[in-house]
Amino acid sequence: MLEDDPEGKKVNAATDLAHERQARERENWTRALATLAETRDRKLFAELFAHFGPRVKAYIIRLGMPMATAEEITQEAMLSVWRKAHLFNAAKASASTWIFTLTRNLCIDRMRRERHMEYELPDDKADPQERHDGEQAVLEQRMRKAIDTLPDAQAQVLFLSYYEGKSHSEIAEQLGIPLGSVKSRLRLAFGKLKQHWEGES
Amino acid sequence: MNISHHFDDATLISYSSGSLPQGMALLVASHLHWCPECRVRTEETDTIGGALLDALAPVALADDALEQLLARLDAVEVEPAPAPAPVQNSDNDDELPAPLAAVLGQPIDALPWRRVGYGVQQVDLGLEGPGATRLLRIQPGISVPHHTHRGNELTLILRGSYTDEVGRFQRGDVADVDTEVQHQPIVDTDQECICLIATDAPLKFSGLIGRLAQPFIGL
Repeated sequence: MLEDDPEGKKVNAATDLAHERQARERENWTRALATLAETRDRKLFAELFAHFGPRVKAYIIRLGMPMATAEEITQEAMLSVWRKAHLFNAAKASASTWIFTLTRNLCIDRMRRERHMEYELPDDKADPQERHDGEQAVLEQRMRKAIDTLPDAQAQVLFLSYYEGKSHSEIAEQLGIPLGSVKSRLRLAFGKLKQHWEGES
Repeated sequence: MNISHHFDDATLISYSSGSLPQGMALLVASHLHWCPECRVRTEETDTIGGALLDALAPVALADDALEQLLARLDAVEVEPAPAPAPVQNSDNDDELPAPLAAVLGQPIDALPWRRVGYGVQQVDLGLEGPGATRLLRIQPGISVPHHTHRGNELTLILRGSYTDEVGRFQRGDVADVDTEVQHQPIVDTDQECICLIATDAPLKFSGLIGRLAQPFIGL
């Protein structure tokens, strides 16, 4: 009955506007990171730092790191952004995703006694799904939108995985549900996100 | 390489979110090295992480954070682009996936294999985590006792093949099973089977023989 509900419509329109704005921002940051690789422009780097630094720190805190460590790893992560910017491939990831993976790897390093092995994977030359720069940011925006529509039980297992770094068994124990249920919720969530990913492209 | 068994989505999500024990992460990276299909899926699960990073409420950094960082920029060197990964030679059946080769540091036949039962040898990689990470080398015709799992068990076939209730697994394939699967793999050619196995909890053997074998195999 959404069509007969002018207020609902207004809310939806507002949400759509917010999502459009987010999508534009995401594209801009992705372009900024690609530009940084060529120009090594410190002013641009400072802008990236101002945007991503506080989000990176928030993520590290959610993973359970002490405040001081979070500040320190944020520095390391943003230093990696500067050092590795030329390895960033906008056709494969948005700026957010790339910075997420850098930070995640640094956190794994810190949590393990041994050095984290960072694996160089083969470059997929003939990638049938090769996307244009910026297109990845659009896909990611769809993903973000889709996450908002997940049922609570599915969103919860995603949050526990990504934000708290919990394994399947740890999540099962925390929620008091069987291991198989944790996995099927993750599968369902991923399936729905993929529908958005593929359906609208 | 002809890969027909891949990871569960739930496993790739744990890989992307950084929540796998070290040995399981090594095994996933090793399969990804061989499998373009799973690499594309991992880009997708990484993207969930990017979207969730964006969704977080920012937490203020220290006042001098930017200053400190800018001061360090001159001291750091720009990391050189990595050398292209070596061309995969599918004819060389002894080639290990690069992530595993880096951890082992020597050819698979030179490792200190230890006999753990009739026709079965193993090498424990001694990695951290709640489960175990081992290489298992099983002679033709030998079967691993019937077992179920308390947690997740990942297997990557490095040489040879085996068959179990789920299907046939060959070099490059992964078996991704958990508590709900009870299986009894058997090496199904005259070639030995070598696989990397990583768990996040101990296995549970069923039946008398299984219970007797458990202390020896120690999985």
